[in-house]
Order: sequence, then C-alpha cells, then structure tokens
Amino acid sequence: MKPQTLFEKVWNRHVVVPETADTPAVIYIDLHLIHEVTTPQAFTLLRERGLRVRRPELTLATMDHSTPTTPVHTFKDLAVVGESAANQILQMQKNCEEFGIDLLGFDSDQRGIVHVIGPELGATQPGKTIVCGDSHTSTHGAFGALAFGIGTTEVGHVLATQCLLQRKPRTLAVNVDGTLGTGVGAKDLILAIIGQIGVDGGTGHVIEYRGDAIRAMDMDARMTVCNMSIEGGARAGMIAPDEKTFAYLEGRERSPAGADWDAALARWQDLVTDDGASFDRSVAIDASTLTPMVTFGTNPGMVVGIDAPVPDDTGDPNFRKALDYMQVEAGKPMSGNAVDIVFVGSCTNSRITDLEQAAAVLKGNRVADGVRMMVVPGSQQIKREAESLGLDRVFIEAGAEWRESGCSMCLGMNGDTAGRGQLTVSTSNRNFEGRQGIGARTVLASPATAAASAIRGHVADPRPFIGE
Amino acid sequence: MEPVTIIRSRTVNMPAKDIDTDQIIPARFLTTTSREGLGDSLFYDLRFDADGNPRPDFELNHPDAAGAGILVAGNNLGCGSSREHAPWALLDYGFRAVVSTEIADIFRSNSLKNGLLPIVVDQATHDWLIANPGAELEIDVPNSELRLPNGKSVNYPIDAFARYCLVEGIDQLGFLESKLDEILTYEEARR
Repeated sequence: MKPQTLFEKVWNRHVVVPETADTPAVIYIDLHLIHEVTTPQAFTLLRERGLRVRRPELTLATMDHSTPTTPVHTFKDLAVVGESAANQILQMQKNCEEFGIDLLGFDSDQRGIVHVIGPELGATQPGKTIVCGDSHTSTHGAFGALAFGIGTTEVGHVLATQCLLQRKPRTLAVNVDGTLGTGVGAKDLILAIIGQIGVDGGTGHVIEYRGDAIRAMDMDARMTVCNMSIEGGARAGMIAPDEKTFAYLEGRERSPAGADWDAALARWQDLVTDDGASFDRSVAIDASTLTPMVTFGTNPGMVVGIDAPVPDDTGDPNFRKALDYMQVEAGKPMSGNAVDIVFVGSCTNSRITDLEQAAAVLKGNRVADGVRMMVVPGSQQIKREAESLGLDRVFIEAGAEWRESGCSMCLGMNGDTAGRGQLTVSTSNRNFEGRQGIGARTVLASPATAAASAIRGHVADPRPFIGE
Repeated sequence: MEPVTIIRSRTVNMPAKDIDTDQIIPARFLTTTSREGLGDSLFYDLRFDADGNPRPDFELNHPDAAGAGILVAGNNLGCGSSREHAPWALLDYGFRAVVSTEIADIFRSNSLKNGLLPIVVDQATHDWLIANPGAELEIDVPNSELRLPNGKSVNYPIDAFARYCLVEGIDQLGFLESKLDEILTYEEARR
C-alpha cells in the first residue's frame, strides 16, 4: 500500500462519500464541540427546518467566550458581562436543553475553555475528526486528531447530519529538530514558526509538526503548538500520538476504559506518517537557535527574539502602520517597552504547566507598580489543580488577580479588556488591532515571558529568573 | 438563498494586507444570537472614532464608496477567527463579492455558504484594481469570469459544487441530508 501521512490516514477513515470533480467529500465528524457564541444561529436553522440534532451524544457543549471570570453563583452574577452576552449564555442553556445536548455550564465543575476541556475530559482522542465553531480547534491535533474550525452554517450541518462537506486539503510538514534552550518553550517555537512561514503560509494545508523537539514536548506544550496553526493560515495542525499521548489520556473520564482502552491503543499505534510518505510542502526549523519570542506588530507573524532589534521594513505601508499602532520603533528590541497589563490565559497557554511556568518566574517577586496582572486558568479543573499546588497563592501574593476560567481577555468579549493605547503582554494567540480592547496594543509571549514582564514592568526576558 | 449569477457593481479598495475577521467585525458585537443587522458593526473600529463619528480617512466612509458592492482587499483577506459574522456583516452592509490575491480558508468557506462571492485574482489583476478604484466590474458566476472595464477578463478559481449552489440559490445542507443512507451505512460499518 502507498505510504500515507498521518493526515491521510485520519482523513481516509472518515470519508463517507468520496469527493468528485463536482462534489466535495462527505466527512464524518466524531466529536462536535460547541460554545455559546457561534451556535445560536445554527440552532435557529434547525428549528426553522424542523430538524433535530442527529447525534447529541457526539456533541459536547460548554460556555467560555462571553462568560465572566468572576464567580457566578446566580444569574444576577452574569450582569458583569452585559445584557447581550448574558442573553447569549441563557440561550445556550435553552438550546442544549431543547436539543438534548450535554452542557458543561455554570453548575458544572468541568466547565472551561472548549479547547482545554476536550482533552482534559479525554473526549479528544487520536484519530478522531473534531470540529468546533472556533478557529483554535486546531489545538486538538496535538493528539493526532484531525481538528479544525468551522463557521456557524457548518455547525448546523454537523448538528443535523454529523457530517461536513470538505475538499481534501494539502499537507505541510514542519520539521523541528534540536533542543529548546532553558526559558524557551512551545509558545516561542510556534511564534518562530509563524514568523518563518508567514500568517498565510499554511493556507489550504494541514500541518504536521514533526521532529525531535516535538517528540520531546509534553502534551500541554504540543497543544500550544497546534493551537496556533491557524495563525499560520492552516486550519489544522497535527502531531502523531505516542506514549506521552496515551499516558495523558489513560483514565480520563471520557477515555476508553478496560478492553476498549486496549482496542483503542492498538488502533492508535498506526497513527503515524509512514516512511516514504510525501507532503505537498515542508519547512525545517532548528529549535536550538531560538530565544524567547515576542510579537512587535499587529499579526502573529510579526515576531522577533526578545533581545533582537525590531526589523525595519518601513517602506511597506502595512508594516509602517503596524509599528505606528504598536508605538514600536524599528531597530530597537521589544524588551524595555513599558507594560500596562499582563494576561496569562487563553486556549493557547492556560493549562497547568503554563501556570507552573508563570508561577516559577513570579515566585518571590512582585508585579511591578502600575501593572495589572490577570491569571485566568483554562478550566475549573485546572483552577482546582493549580490551587492544590499552591500556584494561586504565588500569583495572589505577587499581586496578580486569580480568576475563574474562560476565554477572558484573549478576545475581550466578556468585559475583560485593555484600554485604548494600553500595552498587554499576553499569552494568547492574536495581536490584531483592537483584539483585546478598542485601540489596545498586544504583545504575544510565553507564560514565562509574561511573568517576567509583569515583574519588570516592561517587556522582559524570562531567562534571568529561571535556574538551570 | 437568492441565486447569484451576474454581479455588476463598482469596487471599493482596502489595500491593507492581512485584514482579519476581528477588523471586519470586532468580538464585542458577537454577543448577538441573530445574523441580521450586522452591517452596522462592519469594520466598526476602523469606520468610527472614539466618539462614534465616522473617520473621514477610512475607505468605506469616502463618498465615492457609497453603493460599491465589491470589496477589493490586500493579500490574505479574512484571516483569524472563524466567525461567520464577518460575511454576514459584509453582506448586510451591501457587499456581494470580495476580491484579493489570497483569501483565508475559513472565511472563504463561510462566504460561499452565504452568497458572498470570494474571488482570488493574480497579482497583475489585483494591481490594476488597486490602481483603478471604483471600477465597474462584471462577475459572471456560472462561467467563473471577472470582467474589467478595460475589456480584459480573468477566470477565477472556485469549487464546482460551491458555484453550483450559488448559481442555483440552494444551500449545502440539502445535499448532505440526501446522503443519509450513506451516513447510516458508514456508522453501521464502524460499530
């Protein structure tokens, strides 16, 4: 048999009707994650057509985008996010009730960011097709799943049929060899990759991340890498599952158990790219050359090493405009730019190891005067785990805010926003103009860099805070 | 959905590259549960200043832009978030097609499902469009052809099935529903 890539194996196993010149393939979806922002109009469509949700048991719902990160005991507590967002949350509850979908809502201690709870509950598994009305669905590819973001019309398609119409994408291999240095992590790597391929480098492709540096990463780090595939233009990023993947999943609530676990393990072993399989394109990056990375512009491809000078391409009006918006000077490094807010959170960097990395830098230090630091765990489970490890004390004693889980300031839908002109060092995924608040400026960075910047009061290298 | 066959309209140019869906419609307008009326929020933070007054230097606020139904944008239009609110807002504002040298995957897919035509052209055609703002274009959807007022025409790539759905004015859910037997067979085989 012709050697196949990991992507091709997962794709081929989910073809219900093959594609032709005239029609796309019908692809089966194993897990549909839904949240409150991109689904109301899809449920409206179902009602208009008198359709039901075909496989509610393959649908997992939570609320994360427009939810408060302050405690919610009663519906009155929703008022902080505003009437419209509160209404959207209530609509989600109504839709899930009416259509028989399992909702991890405010009464659930398993609530959290949709891309955090899928893996955490063991619902995300190797070889699955996973979709969600959210572009960061690529996160789940860290487990060897084919996972990608879809629009609301497609959410309706999956709810009604458990299938999607898709053309087969091309494949892009990103080979990462070498060892990441101390204080340089998964976030720095993915930022460097996006800087190399560009924000449209992966358009039309599914990425497979390969090589020693990827194999050496734990699952949290792999999720950070796959999460930002979309920032390189690729709808999906995948990593072949291995012993780390299986160890992560074993015993989780929705993981297979008993004989089913053994059968699943046997199935998952084959989910690797065969020797001799070919990719449509490939790029290579040497992890050992990287330093902590930060963005300097208004898209995630505008990225530079923490001590390297911001490049000068000011002949390009787009580049000039980005630097003006960021109030950043070409030729000078980003370290030293004064910081107003530090945000540790989002589906990119809100897992337990992310919080541990931030806490390790922060421990015994204080958040600088005039800097607000918000730490928002990715799920209520992670919040409890962090508290059992005492991480919350580290954050609170340093002067940071310790919040309830949610998307929070990554996109500022729930009122957690930065003010006009304020600079936020953020562990999230997008530094677009206005993303974190009207006129707000965003510097994307790792949890360690974010914590170091909070202490210094300016964009700062975390390495002096990290022991060998 | 209304059939989309021939689009004749003027262009308005936004030459910036990498216009993301957060620019097209900022996240704070996504708390709606409807898809109607989002044109008011289109490019909100570019269109309006802090006091809610139109910014005179923004392309869509220029008097010549009034009534333009084709948006010509820089490379990699629609990158970022999967929010379908972006094509909903563009359509509600009055756009019927968007033209760029590259259009991000999810935005392109969302646009096609709502009757907003995403057109990718070569650099030379794009350069001409940028140099000739307000050009009257004719888009022949059944033939995938973009006709410029200088007599030139270019073919643009489009998925055959998406084009069929646009021209016939049908949505794709009906096709999926027609495959229910195959879906049941697939589910049975995997048990």
